[in-house]
Amino acid sequence: MALEDICCFKDKPTQQLFPFPALETDYHNLELERLKTSQTNWGDPQHIFIPPFPQATPFISRRTSRFRPPNHALTVQRPFPLSHGTTTLGFIFQGGVIAAADTRASAGGLVACPAVHKITPIHSHLVVTSSGSGADCMLWERILIREIRLYELRHKRRLSIRASAKLLSFMLHPFKGTDVCVALTLCGWEKEGPQVIYVCSDGARLQGDIISVGSGSPYAYGVLDGGLSWGLSKEEAISLAREAVFRATHRDAYSGNNVDLFHIDAQGWIQRPREDLKEEYYRELERRSKRRREKKKRDTIESS
Amino acid sequence: MEYLIGIQGPDYVLVAADNVAASSIIQMKHDYDKMFKLSEKILLLCVGEAGDTVQFAEYIQKNVQLYKMRNGYELSPSAAANFTRKNLADYLRSRTPYHVNLLLAGHDESDGPGLFYMDYMASLAKAPFAAHGYGAFLTLSILDRYYRPDLSRDEAVELLRKCVEELNNKYRMVLVVLIRTQPGHQVGMFQTKVQKHAGLQRFGSDPVHQVE
Repeated sequence: MALEDICCFKDKPTQQLFPFPALETDYHNLELERLKTSQTNWGDPQHIFIPPFPQATPFISRRTSRFRPPNHALTVQRPFPLSHGTTTLGFIFQGGVIAAADTRASAGGLVACPAVHKITPIHSHLVVTSSGSGADCMLWERILIREIRLYELRHKRRLSIRASAKLLSFMLHPFKGTDVCVALTLCGWEKEGPQVIYVCSDGARLQGDIISVGSGSPYAYGVLDGGLSWGLSKEEAISLAREAVFRATHRDAYSGNNVDLFHIDAQGWIQRPREDLKEEYYRELERRSKRRREKKKRDTIESS
Repeated sequence: MEYLIGIQGPDYVLVAADNVAASSIIQMKHDYDKMFKLSEKILLLCVGEAGDTVQFAEYIQKNVQLYKMRNGYELSPSAAANFTRKNLADYLRSRTPYHVNLLLAGHDESDGPGLFYMDYMASLAKAPFAAHGYGAFLTLSILDRYYRPDLSRDEAVELLRKCVEELNNKYRMVLVVLIRTQPGHQVGMFQTKVQKHAGLQRFGSDPVHQVE
């Protein structure tokens, strides 16, 4: 396709006929050949090392699957179930952008790491929150940082956030339909104002006022949509973000542990110290019991 | 679910699209624009798979603009529609087909107004009225019943209003999209004034909000 040409992604005609008994050896040879050519990464800035798509599917079954559903991934089976357990959110208000995320990395039912950094700064006025596969997100964040920095060095000006999102979206496009799973939210400030843009490996690119991604996102949306308005103060916005992540981690099993909060304004991003949501939970219990006590007191006063 | 509708009149084409960008059950955006301006005379409406829509529509858009730069004159709507269909067909049997459904609306000095229906299988049909999405099942019969080739602008908007009302009635998902959100329907229209060249006239949300 057109983008493949621009990205110099040459699909080797390995789907051609070759005798089945020799399948194993040919596959190995072609694999090595592919790896060798992909080493030369320095020539074209857009040339990214494309992982070799498994050509082990027999020629016959590939032909008959021509009218498969679009973007049906011709990839190997996953060794374990991937789950995109996270809650990340970003929203804009008069004081800039707030980006918040939980810190749990889950692998199926296991909490693989309770203290992950899901929000990464790209440059002084842009951070990205990540969701999806942790490894993929780490890689693509680094690629994005590299490309933005290269652009800045080459053209002596910084890419706008919309342009960064478009660049990321176009870089991810060749991997659509494979198992690459990244859902990044770029949160930043530029002279046009605060912006939050969601970019996904499916190809979606959405600019919005409130974006929340991950398995806990519906719970976060519930809190955010109710409480958010443009005129919030910085402290109110931060406590709203914290509340949203807390509610999501309370209900969603795959989100939890701590919350990371970033605030981005005209001066740049500021990271708040990581907060344990356990404390928030006990504060909430405290508030509830206090309210119950006061209500009981009021009721007894009214009845007497 | 996304919805597109187009109605062709004697000297205009009326097109409308819903404004929701959804990701499974979550509506991520309520003011998402699905119309792509290919030129002063041609509008492309594109729905379908998440990344494919924007990628494909922008690809067509840039190519149409490139044609104008290279040749000094614009592609006609019919030529643009056939170009779009050719691209869809070429990618259909590749490893990366585009799963997009399109409506292309345009006005030509020589051919007059034209509405072209295209779907992800690279079919192309010039039609007096067309619709995409689940909402099409509900509204095509209304269009069949009330459409006339000589509809005036107001009558066409009234026909569109009937369709929207039916969708609100029978298709709860679209209710939120079409009426409740402020921009509501983005309605775009082409016309040729006798003296002047063709232009795109965008309604606010007034005609559609009369439904409320």
